[in-house]
This record gives sequence, C-alpha cells and structure tokens, in this order.
Amino acid sequence: MINETPLWEVFIRQRNGLSHRHVGSLHAADEALALSAARDVYTRRGEGGSIWVVPSSAITASDPDHTDEFFDPAEDKIYRHPTFYDIPDDVGHM
Amino acid sequence: MYAQGLIGADGRTDETPEFLAAFKARIDAEEKIEPKDAMPEGYRRTLIRQIGQHAHSEIVGMLPEGNWITRAPSLKRKAALLAKVQDEGGHGLYLYAAAETLGVSREEMTEELLDGRAKYSSIFNYPTLTWADIGTIGWLVDGAAIMNQIPLCRCSFGPYARAMIRVCKEESFHQRQGYEIMLTLCRGTQAQKDMAQDALNRWWWPSLMMFGPHDADSTHSDQSMAWKIKRFSNDELRQKFIDATVPQAEFLGLTVPDPECKWNEAKGGYDHGPIDWDEFWRVVKGGGVMNRERIAARKKAWDDGAWVREAALVHAEKRKARKAAMAAE
Ligand SMILES: [Fe+2]
Ligand SMILES: [Fe+2]
Repeated sequence: MINETPLWEVFIRQRNGLSHRHVGSLHAADEALALSAARDVYTRRGEGGSIWVVPSSAITASDPDHTDEFFDPAEDKIYRHPTFYDIPDDVGHM
Repeated sequence: MYAQGLIGADGRTDETPEFLAAFKARIDAEEKIEPKDAMPEGYRRTLIRQIGQHAHSEIVGMLPEGNWITRAPSLKRKAALLAKVQDEGGHGLYLYAAAETLGVSREEMTEELLDGRAKYSSIFNYPTLTWADIGTIGWLVDGAAIMNQIPLCRCSFGPYARAMIRVCKEESFHQRQGYEIMLTLCRGTQAQKDMAQDALNRWWWPSLMMFGPHDADSTHSDQSMAWKIKRFSNDELRQKFIDATVPQAEFLGLTVPDPECKWNEAKGGYDHGPIDWDEFWRVVKGGGVMNRERIAARKKAWDDGAWVREAALVHAEKRKARKAAMAAE
C-alpha cells in the first residue's frame, strides 16, 4: 500500500476532574476526521466529555528492553518513602 | 460478537529455551505482555491471527443483521438493531487497532480477508431469513460470543484484553435485545412462535460450532492455554453455553433441535448429541450459503470506499500545505 491512512492515539476524559486516559487508536486522514471518528468509536455511551487525538508517530516511548536500567535511579532510594523514617507511636498519626 | 475457537493457529516458535522460559515465567506470574515487549514469534503470530479473525468476524457479522435494519418491525427495534450493528463495527475497529500494535497493518489484514487467507467466524455464512433470526442471533450468537470473550478480558496480551473489556461491556445489550425479540415472538401468534422455533432450529447447531472443534481435535490449543491467550477449552466454553441457554429456550417455550439434549445430574450439566463437524469444515472452507456474498459485500465496500480514502488524504495534504503557507506569510 502506498498511501496508508495515518494512525492516531485517542485519549478521553470522562468528566472534568479526571485526567485524559488512553483508550485506543484509530486511522484517520487528518485531525478533524480523527476527532469525529474517536467520538463515534470510543464514546457511544457517554464515555467522554473531552477527547484528545495525537498522531501515533508523534509519541516517543521508553524502551521496554531497557526498563531496568532506565528506571534504576528510583529503585534504591527508600528514603523517598515515609516508612523510612522512625517516629515513635506516642507522637500519634503523622 | 464474535470470537470463535481460533481456526488454524500456528504457535511454532524458535527462540532459545532461556528466552522462552523467561517469557513463560512472566506469563505464569500473570504479567501482561505489551506490544513493544520481547515475545516469541509464535505468540505474536498466534495473536495477529486470532485478533485479526476476531476483528473480521465483527465486521462481517454486521452483514447478516444489517440485512434486516430497513425491515425491522418497529421504530424501537430498528433503533436498537442499528445501534447493535454500529457497536459491532466499533468492536471490529478496537480489535484491528489491537492487532496493529503487533506490527501488521490494517491494509494487510483487509487484503487477507478479501483474498480468503484470513478467516472469520463461520456462523456469518448462514443467511438471516426471517425477523426471528435477528432475535436468535442476539440471544445465541452474541451469547456464545460473550462466553468466549469474557475470559479473553484476562488474556495475557494487554491490548487484546483491554479491547475485550470494552467489547464485553457492550455485548450485554446485544444479547438482551435479541432475547427480548424472541420473548415477544413467543408470546405472540402461533405463526410468530413457529417462526421463533424455526430460527432456533437453524441457529442452534451453528452456535455450538462457534466454540470450535472438540478439545481432542483442537490443534495448537494447548500452546494458547500455556500462553494464557486462552483460559478455557472449547468444550468447557461450549458446555457453559449449553447450560445457560437450554433453560432460556425452555422459558421461551421453545425446544432446542437436539433429541439427545438432556440434563445430566451426575455431571451437573446438559448432555448433547453429536455435532456435525463435516458441515463446520465445509462452511469454514467456503461451502456455506453466504460465503461468497459476504466477501463480495466486503470487497464492494472496500472498493467503493477507495475514492473516499484517497480524497481524505489529498484534502489533509492540501490543508497542511495551506496552513504552512499561512504560517510563512
Ligand atoms: Fe455483539
Ligand atoms: Fe461484537
């Protein structure tokens, strides 16, 4: 195929106060068609009050083959968690 | 709708034993596999084939019901049927998108459907002759699909599992609207009741075949179970389906067309008579009443839509160029 219709990632916010969540993807020639297709494909039962469409080609992702090294800096920093610190019970809830 | 037992999966794979063992350990720990993760080629191929077949089934499945939209007996039934058929189109799209994450394009999948390399559920190669067929399809065909699809919500491949969760949320309405059509017919005139029984007679066995061949004859099924693509065997799912639907038929005052169908106290389920697997394979291989027409309809839709796809792309290019020119001014 010479001309494949571009792929878009679809993010939907169900209602104000929540964040947009990735729900899937679809093909559309441009952003206007992507938006109306996203409405028809992903919000047939009031699942959304706001839609973002992003060209899939615009997404840069971390490499799953290097997940361990990439996230390593956070692994051994247990002092970032509240339970690392000893506070006597007498102090009460903190 | 409409997963059916996978036809012709090829789980062959030739990675190192260490790689396969590490992958199996992830599966055993109930970790989800995501598209960019390392995975055995056989796992990828099996999923592309299965998700593709499933997607094609949703899309081809729009045809037998679409056949009745303009002839629905009331505005309410027409609106419901239209919404159901539209849902099936949506299911096909979620599934194509899930398959595409594995590196196959929509165009390739479409070509495979149109030239016969890819299969779809053989239930759609039967004709929808009367309005009762629409009731029976919702009740039994969507019912069988639900049995198949609920365990797929826990499939090890993340995008497939997520698509199935969306699909399952929507299927319940499909089955209920079908059963309600049957209820209405069965509470109607004798002619309506006869029509309902006739539809059940024609759809019962093909519905049982939707679960695929018996476990003993189901090649590659073990590998799919080990990879947690599949959670229950074909026969287990078929049994669940029979146990759920036989009492529903009784409630309607209808009889399933199987003289050997009776409750078996010892096993806590219904026994059933032999399934005609020759018919199943004949229909899978193209010998059903509607095989040619279904593919011809899909081919026509694809060909007739070519100019729309082309025009939309050209229009998008033109708008992009215009925007760029305006920005440059
Ligand atoms: Fe359905
Ligand atoms: Fe469906």
